[in-house]
Amino acid sequence: MKRGGVRAVGAVRQDFAPWADPGAVPFIRFENVSKRFGDQVAVADLSLDIYQGEFFCLLGPSGCGKSTLMRMLAGFEAPTGGRILLGDADLAGVAPNRRPVNMMFQSYALFPHMSVEKNIAYGLRQEGMARDAIAARVADMLKLVQMERFAGRAPDQLSGGQRQRVALARALAKRPRVLLLDEPLAALDKKLREETQFELMDIQIELGTTFIVVTHDQEEAMTMADRIAVMDAGRVVQVATPGVIYEQPASRFVADFVGEINLFEARVEGGGAGGDAGGAAGDGALWSLRASEGETAFRVDDPDEALAPGDAVAVAVRPEKMRVFREAEAADAGAVNTLAGEIWDIGYLGDWTVYRIKLDNGRIIRVTRANATRFTENPLALEERVCVDFAPDAAVILRD
Amino acid sequence: MRGLSFFNVAALTLGLAFLYIPILLLVIYSFNESRLVTVWGGFSTRWYGELFRNEPLMRAAWVTIRVAFVTAIFATILGTLAALALTRHGRFRGRALFTGLIYAPMVMPEVITGLSLLLLFVAINLDRGFWTIAVAHTTFAMCFVTVIVQSRLMAFDRTLEEAALDLGAPPWKVFFTITLPIVAPAILAGFLLAFTLSMDDLVIASFTSGPGATTLPMRIYSQVRLGGTPEINAASAILIGLVATAVVIATIVMRRSARMRAAQAD
Repeated sequence: MKRGGVRAVGAVRQDFAPWADPGAVPFIRFENVSKRFGDQVAVADLSLDIYQGEFFCLLGPSGCGKSTLMRMLAGFEAPTGGRILLGDADLAGVAPNRRPVNMMFQSYALFPHMSVEKNIAYGLRQEGMARDAIAARVADMLKLVQMERFAGRAPDQLSGGQRQRVALARALAKRPRVLLLDEPLAALDKKLREETQFELMDIQIELGTTFIVVTHDQEEAMTMADRIAVMDAGRVVQVATPGVIYEQPASRFVADFVGEINLFEARVEGGGAGGDAGGAAGDGALWSLRASEGETAFRVDDPDEALAPGDAVAVAVRPEKMRVFREAEAADAGAVNTLAGEIWDIGYLGDWTVYRIKLDNGRIIRVTRANATRFTENPLALEERVCVDFAPDAAVILRD
Repeated sequence: MRGLSFFNVAALTLGLAFLYIPILLLVIYSFNESRLVTVWGGFSTRWYGELFRNEPLMRAAWVTIRVAFVTAIFATILGTLAALALTRHGRFRGRALFTGLIYAPMVMPEVITGLSLLLLFVAINLDRGFWTIAVAHTTFAMCFVTVIVQSRLMAFDRTLEEAALDLGAPPWKVFFTITLPIVAPAILAGFLLAFTLSMDDLVIASFTSGPGATTLPMRIYSQVRLGGTPEINAASAILIGLVATAVVIATIVMRRSARMRAAQAD
């Protein structure tokens, strides 16, 4: 691949990438797993490898099968086809209470009739661990989640954030080989959620446990995960690091689900490796395309080598990778990757300003600009004529 | 909350008076010095003393308590099992029918329940006595237990059981360490209700009892037919006290667990 030497931004741990190592053996393997409820297909012929020590995220809209996948790993549901391997062992027929996997539930599921301490000790007591060993482990866990002062409290005397910590401590107390987290932060408010994200990452690195998080919140997935599997309708659409998911989405669905994106329908005219797209295509992967509506010409730097002239594709550009400026200031309006329109809406978010721009063909696109300075002379106003443009390597060509 | 208007106060007073004046009168007259039930002869606890010396009445009371206890135990076990079956086994075949069969005894006229049980006991040639009363009481008390326990089980968060299973507890242990303790208040309330239902039943007991097994309500009824005595008033007052206490405890237990559930939910 052309960008082999260039490091994609957004990888959490730069030196941790077992999935890129052909010799690495996956720790958890989903092999052609499917699950039907009646005639409804929740998971369809899905294969996925997860590596030891990985912080893995299953991301997708509700009903995409991500929770079912997790519940099959925990043992609460049995696959209707395929198999799930943990290490070398096939998990088929292994009861949930015999799997080296623990789960943190979305509702936390703390036992209301037991104190915090007893909740954390519950799993250890099932193992038949010695009394003083249990006490020591519980103390360790309380310390890990900074809840030492609340050992004697009942769950209904705790705040949402505190309950979340107890649930985490309880799920980690048995030192499981895999920890499953079902929407772990969904019940917390925004500020607390952000703090907790970083705490979870620290705990995961400290313990080295394989974490699998199910979430519908892309920000959560992007922040925490080593790799993300984006799911849609029971299938995995893309598995990659957060940076790749964001910068090189595999499909329109991924591009649209993760972050904001502007899509321009277009047709390939020529270019690619060895082709001639004109201009300074020194590395030979520059494609020239023409918008399906209007006469705009696009030039996109994309390593996809399988494109052929005439293909109907979409040119996808993230809002923050586009520039917006007054039409009058545009020296070369009508040039490549430049579109004209007027400002339709302005949303000031403090750190960012979002411009919604109505293009001359009627489409509305979204461009964001970082507010790097406190004051701007002569800011853009509503209904002003503007041009937007983007660099050839800011866009991605999507085929489906 | 709106203040009480004159109309509301009047309605409340009349309603409560209608319900409780007869009972209040009975309790007051149980402290009557006079032998005549309708003439006030001054305050005395004499009849309570007489009551405890009245051997047939005490024997009846003892039978009643034993029947109530046996009934409460069996009704609680069977009722809880029925509630578990109804809430936990999904939509099994005949579930609607089963639900109807469980609830029917609640609305069935007691005379019919009593008569049909009597016919059954005669048909299978069972000697009527203590155990036949207990069996008869169990049949109608268990449906009340089922209703109470079922409502608690419906509100039960199944993920608690999944969490316990996930932490390594085998299913039977999950039931005894998680499900049962959380549902316990409802089971206790059902037990108390079954106990009181059995204790104050007259009709079914009359049909299903035999020689030597006379319950307190039966004894009271037969004595009153011969003319009321202040002793009976005293016995009734004690019975009212017992039943009221049991109902109050059951209510408090249910309230407390409902509050706990509400606190858990937010």
